[in-house]
Amino acid sequence: MARHVVATVDEIPPGARKRVEVEGRGIAVFNIGGAYFAIADRCPHEGASLCDGRLTALVEASEPGRYVLSRRGELVRCPWHGWEFDIRTGRSWCDPKRLKVRSYETSVEVGGAEATELQAETFPVSVEARFVVVEA
Amino acid sequence: MDDTDRPAPLSRFAGGVDCDLHPAVPGMDVLLPYLDDYWREMVAVRALDRLNLSLTSYPKGAPITCRPDWRPADGSWPGASLEAMRRHVLDYYRPGLGILNPLYGGTLMHSEDMAAALCRATNDWIRDAWLNRDPRLRASIVIPVHNTALAVEEIERCAEDPRFIQVLMLVSGEVTLGRRQLWPIYAAAERLGLAVGVHAGSAYRSAPTSVGWPSYFVEDYISQSAAFEQQLQSLIAEGVFAKFPGLRIVMIESGLTWLSGYIWRADKTWKGVRAEVPWVTRLPSAILRDHVRFTVQPVDDADAAKGIGRLVEHLGSDELFLFSTDYPHWQYEGDDALPPDLPEALLRKIVHDNPLATYPRLLKPATAAAEMPA
Repeated sequence: MARHVVATVDEIPPGARKRVEVEGRGIAVFNIGGAYFAIADRCPHEGASLCDGRLTALVEASEPGRYVLSRRGELVRCPWHGWEFDIRTGRSWCDPKRLKVRSYETSVEVGGAEATELQAETFPVSVEARFVVVEA
Repeated sequence: MDDTDRPAPLSRFAGGVDCDLHPAVPGMDVLLPYLDDYWREMVAVRALDRLNLSLTSYPKGAPITCRPDWRPADGSWPGASLEAMRRHVLDYYRPGLGILNPLYGGTLMHSEDMAAALCRATNDWIRDAWLNRDPRLRASIVIPVHNTALAVEEIERCAEDPRFIQVLMLVSGEVTLGRRQLWPIYAAAERLGLAVGVHAGSAYRSAPTSVGWPSYFVEDYISQSAAFEQQLQSLIAEGVFAKFPGLRIVMIESGLTWLSGYIWRADKTWKGVRAEVPWVTRLPSAILRDHVRFTVQPVDDADAAKGIGRLVEHLGSDELFLFSTDYPHWQYEGDDALPPDLPEALLRKIVHDNPLATYPRLLKPATAAAEMPA
């Protein structure tokens, strides 16, 4: 497990997402209200890129006809068949124990000596900016 | 074949529950005593006694309506005689209990009041002419299904007699079965410990196929299973089982082989579109296992024992299927009311355990009810 700088914070503002490659693996990085979350960018169903999915709220019902919306923008729907995944955990809504994508730890690092040591092979890290780091 | 040529009664059905017997209303004359003054007058004035109120799904003369060796020689209605039912089923297979599902046009009248009057009379006639004459019999309540308030009234009236153990509806009425306008029926059934039976047949308010009107009986007959599939999906999607967690639906004469393909598609598709029906919080197959049961005649599989076995495996439950002869309909030959090579454990579930678990009222003593005034 290594830490990889994958983006500047400016590249992924709240509500946005970015697909990155880390050691050959596709990872989707999301910003939910200023916090960053990273999940494997491959739907376990048929392999679509979750990074291309629509963000959605958690939709529940207290009974038929009574809709309850929460956690707006915290789930992503697979662009191919609509399966929902919790961006915070990688777990699917329908079968959270068995059907999930890998979730990665993230952090934000300020540029400088520490950040430049984490420099990804192809990602230039400057001293001034703040960076998104994924442990993968 | 003459009745006297039959081999000895079969022990493997003995003491079980036959979940689909069809007593026929032979004519309006038997219902007259149970109609009020107004409707008795109308039967005469409007010549209602000349109406054939049998269901189009089972025309009297159609081969499928009655097994040849069960067909009355005098041309009377198949299923109209309790003595014949005893000879052909009750004393032959020797089930401990048999459930009567009267298929009669009263339930389908366009006039809601006429439907209510005919259903009320039918239920009372069933009680007097069948239930009171054979302690093995239980019955479904026929209801004026197109008027929910009147239907609930009739359910509550009949349910005082514990020998009424189910509410009967046809698979194709005026609306899809999951619609909220029908929910008071399900609420009453759940509250009173009645299952809701959904039987093959149509009110013909809409085309019996989803693509238009057929020309032939065979089209109507074969497309019944599609109606069952659509109604099952309606019940699940509209949230009937979320609203009524104690409700049991029994699909009667639905056929079975469509289930496998249906449940696969229902489970798969739910994962992608479940947000439009967020009250459906479990796989449709899991909901089906908890709430839906199926009578086993007709079994539309060349190798029925293997077919049922595959369904048990695919659906993950041996509790879904209920023994039924479907008397007097012609679904099988000889003594094969169930496939002869069913495994013993599964046979016991289908004949004994599953019906008792499906119909809680079967476990209630029925003796007190016989004293109930008409």
